[in-house]
Amino acid sequence: MNTSKTQKHRADLLVSCVHDRAPDLIPALEAEVKRRGLEGEVKVVEAGCRGFCSMGPVLLIQPDGTFYVNVQPADVPEMVEETLVKGRVVERMTYQEPSSHACALYEDISFYSKQHRIVLRNCGMLNPASVEEYIAVGGYEAVGKALFDMTPEGVIEEVKKAGLRGRGGAGFAAARKWETGRKAEGDIKYVLANGDEGDPNCFMDRALMEADPHSILEGMIIGAYAMDAHQGYIYIPYEHTLSVKTMRNAIESARAYGLIGEDILGSGFDFEVEVRVGAHSFVGGESTALMHAIEGTVSEPRPKHIHTTEVGLWGKPTCLNNVKTWNLVPEIIGKGAEWFASIGTEKSTGTQVFSLAGKINNVGLAEVPMGTTIRELIFDVGGGIPNGREFKAIQIGGPSGGAVPASLLDMPMDYETLEEAGSMMGTGGVVVLDDRSCVIDVARYFLDFLKDQSCGKCSSCREGIRYMLEMLTNITEGKGKMSDLEVLERMGKSVKISSMCGLGKSVPNPVLSTLRHFRDEYVAHIEDHKCPAGVCKALIEHYINDQCNGCGLCLRKCPQDAITGEKKELHTIDAEKCIQCGVCFDVCRFDAVGVR
Amino acid sequence: MPKLKSLDELKKLREQLQGDIKARTDSSTTITVGMGTCGIAAGARETMHAILAELESRGMDTHVTTVGCIGMCSKEPLVDIQQGDEPRVTYGNVNTEMVPRMIEEHLVQGNMVDEWVVGRVEG
Ligand SMILES: Cc1cc2nc3c(=O)[nH]c(=O)nc-3n(C[C@H](O)[C@H](O)[C@H](O)COP(=O)(O)O)c2cc1C
Ligand code: SF4
Repeated sequence: MNTSKTQKHRADLLVSCVHDRAPDLIPALEAEVKRRGLEGEVKVVEAGCRGFCSMGPVLLIQPDGTFYVNVQPADVPEMVEETLVKGRVVERMTYQEPSSHACALYEDISFYSKQHRIVLRNCGMLNPASVEEYIAVGGYEAVGKALFDMTPEGVIEEVKKAGLRGRGGAGFAAARKWETGRKAEGDIKYVLANGDEGDPNCFMDRALMEADPHSILEGMIIGAYAMDAHQGYIYIPYEHTLSVKTMRNAIESARAYGLIGEDILGSGFDFEVEVRVGAHSFVGGESTALMHAIEGTVSEPRPKHIHTTEVGLWGKPTCLNNVKTWNLVPEIIGKGAEWFASIGTEKSTGTQVFSLAGKINNVGLAEVPMGTTIRELIFDVGGGIPNGREFKAIQIGGPSGGAVPASLLDMPMDYETLEEAGSMMGTGGVVVLDDRSCVIDVARYFLDFLKDQSCGKCSSCREGIRYMLEMLTNITEGKGKMSDLEVLERMGKSVKISSMCGLGKSVPNPVLSTLRHFRDEYVAHIEDHKCPAGVCKALIEHYINDQCNGCGLCLRKCPQDAITGEKKELHTIDAEKCIQCGVCFDVCRFDAVGVR
Repeated sequence: MPKLKSLDELKKLREQLQGDIKARTDSSTTITVGMGTCGIAAGARETMHAILAELESRGMDTHVTTVGCIGMCSKEPLVDIQQGDEPRVTYGNVNTEMVPRMIEEHLVQGNMVDEWVVGRVEG
C-alpha cells in the first residue's frame, strides 16, 4: 500500500450507478483524467449506490461537494475541462430542484439534506471493493471494541438499550433474539443474514450489499460473538449477481487482514462466513424457508412453535437478521446505545430506509428518522408528485402492507402507528399513488404477484389469494356485487388467522386496508360502473373535448388508428376501435382528452 | 497482506490509510486556487502543484480545491485559505516560490503573510 503516493489527490470523483446505465463512464473518466495530465491529482472511485435512482448515474466531486446527475460518457471532456481544470460548475449537469432552482452542491439538494443516513452511511462514499477504504473510516473497530472491551452479555445489553428492532419487516427486538440464541443449548450455533428482499418494489438490501458489504460482515461478527456462534451465512438470490460478487469479495479481503477466520484481531475468537445463493422468491425470505434453502431443500416455511433461535439451521440454534439490522450493529457498538436511541421515536429507534417508487419525483432510497411523517418523506425528501398531480395514498410495506390515504399525511411512520392504520412498516417499500392511480387495481396487482408466491401448503393462503383475486378482477371489470365487499372482508380476516406463515397472515392487507380507507371507490366501481381514477379499462372511455385544435398528435400516436379528424379540426375517438390505452391522454398538450 | 494481530494494529492501519480518502472526510482547512482562464494563464496550475507538493512533504491534512475566476484578474493566481470559522484570507499573485512561506507562516504558525494579502472575508 503506497499511501504517500495517494496523499497527493486533491479531489475524488465518486461515481455511482454505472452498472446498467453507463458501463463506459468510469473508463471514459479515467481516460480523460489521464489525457489532461490530472492523474495523481484526481482519483476516480467506483462507489456504490447513492440512492438517487431517478438521477443516475451521479457523480460527486469531493471535497468541493459538486454534484452532477445523469452523467454520460459524452459529458466527460467538458466536465473535466470546466470543473477539474478550471474549477467551474457545468450548470447543465447539476440537479434541478423541482420547487426552486439548480443545485450544484450535494449538501444543498433536499433529497439528501433532509435525510439522516445511518444505514446508508457509506453508500456512494466508499469503494465497496476496497476493505482499506472501509478501515480508513474506522471500519472493524467496533469488532475490536466488542471483542476486547465488552462481554457477550454486554454487547446484547447495549443492543437492547439501543432499542434495535429487526429491519426485515416484523420489527422484532434484535437483542431478545440474540439473548435466546445465546442461552440456547448447543455447541454449534449459526448467525444468518437475510438478503432475499422479495418485495417487488424494494431495492435497498441489494443496494446496501453492493455499496457497503463490510458493514454487514462487521455486524455479523459482533452478533456471532454475542451469541457464541462461529459460522455465518449470507443468503442472496442468485439473480443479484453483483451483490453476490461484492459480498464474496468483501469476505475474502476481510479474511486477508485477519478480520474473518481464526483468532480475529488476536482475540482468540473465530468466525467464518459464507455466501449462500438460492432462488429469489417472496416467501423465500421467510425465516424458516430461508433456512431450508440454505440446507439445500425446498424453500417452504415450517411451523414456528419451536423458535429458530433454539432449533434453526440444521437443527441448531440460529439467529437470523436482515442485512440492514446487521449493518446497524457496528454503529451502535461504536457510538453507543444512547446515541442510537436518541434518534427516532421511543419504541421505534433509529432510522428507516424507504425505497420510493411510483408517482414520485425522486425515485430512490431515502433514509429518515423513524417517526418522520408521510408528508415529510413524500414532499420534502421525495420532491412531491410529478406533473402537478394530486397525492392520493401510499402503499407501504409491500405486498404485506396496506394503503395509507392522503388524510393521514401527517401521520408519523413508526411500527405501531402504521399497524394501527392497517398497514405495516415491512421493509420500507413505498409506492406512491396519485389521483390517476386506482387503489383497487394496486391491491389486485399485489394479489396477482402473491398468487405465484404462496408456497401452497395452507389452503387458506393458496385458495384465499385466488378467490380474492378473482373478486377484485371482477370488480375492476364492472362485474362486482355489493355483497362481494363483505365476503372480501370476512375472507381476508380468516386467511389472516388460519395461514401458517407471515405471507398468508399479511396477504389480505392491501385488500383490507383499501376497503377501509377507500370504500367509496369500491362502491363507484360496483354500483356506478366507474373507475374514479380512470384506470380500469372496462369502466372508462377516452373522449376528445372541444379544447382540441386538431394538431393531429394523438391521431399519429394512437396504436389502434382509432382517432380521426381533419387537420385543425376537432378529432374524435372511435369507441369500437379504442383499447383505452391512454396514449392520447398522455400526449395531448391542450387538455383535450378526457376520461369518463 | 499481513494479518492484523490486535486492535492497535487495526488502528495504526487506519491512520496510514486515512490519507487515501482524505478528500472525502472533513477537514477544517481548505485552500482554494482560482482557475479561471486568467488564473491558468498566470500560472495557477503550477501554483496549485506547488501547494500540493508542499502539503504532502509536510504531511498536512488540508483540502485543495479549485474555483473559476475570482474576479481580480490582475492579481492572479489567487489563493484563498479558509481555516475553520476564521475569516477567509485571499492572497494575490501567488507564484510557486511564495508557496512554502505562505504555508509555513499561515498554516503552521498561524500568522497571515500581510504583505501578500489582497482581501479578507468574514467567515
Ligand atoms: C413472506 C415473508 C417474506 C419475508 N421476506 C423477507 C426478506 O426478504 N428479507 C428479510 O430480511 N426478511 C424477510 N422476512 C422476515 C424474516 O422472516 C425474518 O423475520 C427476518 O429476516 C428477521 O430479521 P430482522 O429481525 O432483522 O428483521 C419475510 C417474512 C415473511 C413472512
Ligand atoms: S401461509 Fe401461504 S406461503 Fe405461508 S406456509 Fe402457508 S401456504 Fe405457504
